Amino acid sequence: MAGLRSAEQMRGAGWKDEIVLVGDEVHPPYNRPPLSKETLASQHSPDEALNSVLLRQRASAAPLTFRLGERAAACSLTDKTITLDSGESLHYDGLVIATGIRPRRLDVPGPTPGRYVVRTLDDSLALRQRLTPGVKVVVIGCGFVGCEVAATAISLGCDVQLIEGSNGPMHRALGGTVSAAMRDWFVSRGLQIRTRKVVTEFLTDQTDPHHQRVAGVRLNDGAELEAEVIVEAVGSLPNTEWLQGNGLDLTDGVLVDKHLRVLGAQNAVAVGDIARYPDQWTDGLPRRVEHWQGAIDTAKTAARSLVADLTGNQPPAPYSSVPSFWSDVFGTRVQGLGVPHHATDVRVIEGSLEALDEGVTVAYTRDNTIVGLVTIALPPARLIQLRSHLGQPLSELLAPTQLTTN
Amino acid sequence: MKVWVDRNICDNHGQCAIAAPDNFSLDADGVLQYKEDFPDADLEYIEDAMDVCPVQAIFLKGEQ
Repeated sequence: MAGLRSAEQMRGAGWKDEIVLVGDEVHPPYNRPPLSKETLASQHSPDEALNSVLLRQRASAAPLTFRLGERAAACSLTDKTITLDSGESLHYDGLVIATGIRPRRLDVPGPTPGRYVVRTLDDSLALRQRLTPGVKVVVIGCGFVGCEVAATAISLGCDVQLIEGSNGPMHRALGGTVSAAMRDWFVSRGLQIRTRKVVTEFLTDQTDPHHQRVAGVRLNDGAELEAEVIVEAVGSLPNTEWLQGNGLDLTDGVLVDKHLRVLGAQNAVAVGDIARYPDQWTDGLPRRVEHWQGAIDTAKTAARSLVADLTGNQPPAPYSSVPSFWSDVFGTRVQGLGVPHHATDVRVIEGSLEALDEGVTVAYTRDNTIVGLVTIALPPARLIQLRSHLGQPLSELLAPTQLTTN
Repeated sequence: MKVWVDRNICDNHGQCAIAAPDNFSLDADGVLQYKEDFPDADLEYIEDAMDVCPVQAIFLKGEQ
């Protein structure tokens, strides 16, 4: 998506020459958020599923040349060439790095069949086939993907256990206080949660010696959980291998400047999950942000920066978008703005964490300034109404007149 | 060109109301309201709204 949106934004910024999009998936650019929710729960055929998630493309961006099912294997940023898997070389004037992330896999002993991840449409369709009523599922990891898959599997009648790892549900996005409330709420919805546990081994199905299939997991406390299906949702790795050998900082993604231009390269920008940019919301500390909307927002800034570089103009305004994210679990919307993880204090300003279903608004503050806002089970209008308080003192939001609902 | 929202897909996320507040808003019940017509100068904001729609429910009718 970040690649497609960058191409469209380059057209919007006036780029008239050829634009080629190289992608290793055979499908045209599609929308990933439904893959851990609606797609998993749907009865669609594979074609219908693809159609339901295809991204709308701007007609005004034509022509774009798609090289689908082809992977960038290497590149030379000095020669300005990309080498594809096939060995073919592509020369470029400007480069948009949008190779995103892939799921991290657990490096512990045991068989592979029966282990799933959810990143691509094909991942989601493969897992969907296994999520039938009564099936025992273990989900490892409790970020958005893990929580959404676990909730969807429960709604499909599966028997689901969630292995938390070092932090609670959605901890990185929502912080400890709200995460603890989410955990209680998940448990009330039928999810079994193993807190602070690590998987040390995938157990082998002994009843079928010819097919080494998983039969469950062993945890670090020795407990064995039976499972026919295991979902690994333990974070991601940026797809930077093809950029190696160019002297770039690839410590965690691709390091870029505030205009999203790759540091140490000419006429190259990075967008979406893979871009590690100085984030003004976290005191300029470079970081990667894996929010869906970040792909669109970074594409807009990066495309303009790249077109400016290519045409010898000054780059436009630095990247400054407000991080925005959401999740749907058990039919309940969790929606957030800003950087809750950067806060030092949390204030519930509406509702109660004991009763998430009735609607809750949480303000996250740092030095009494609001750096994040999260609503749970409230209409999005609430967050939009409060949006202007980001970056403002908490005291202004707490003034009685601000809290009347209209 | 006219804006058209597929109500069967729209999930009332409200991101469009942030991107193009002159054309999209959420009413008191949290339901999307929008105008079909817009001034040419607003096309950029409408296209932004289309992009940020998490369920891709916004379309331009009469688009080339």
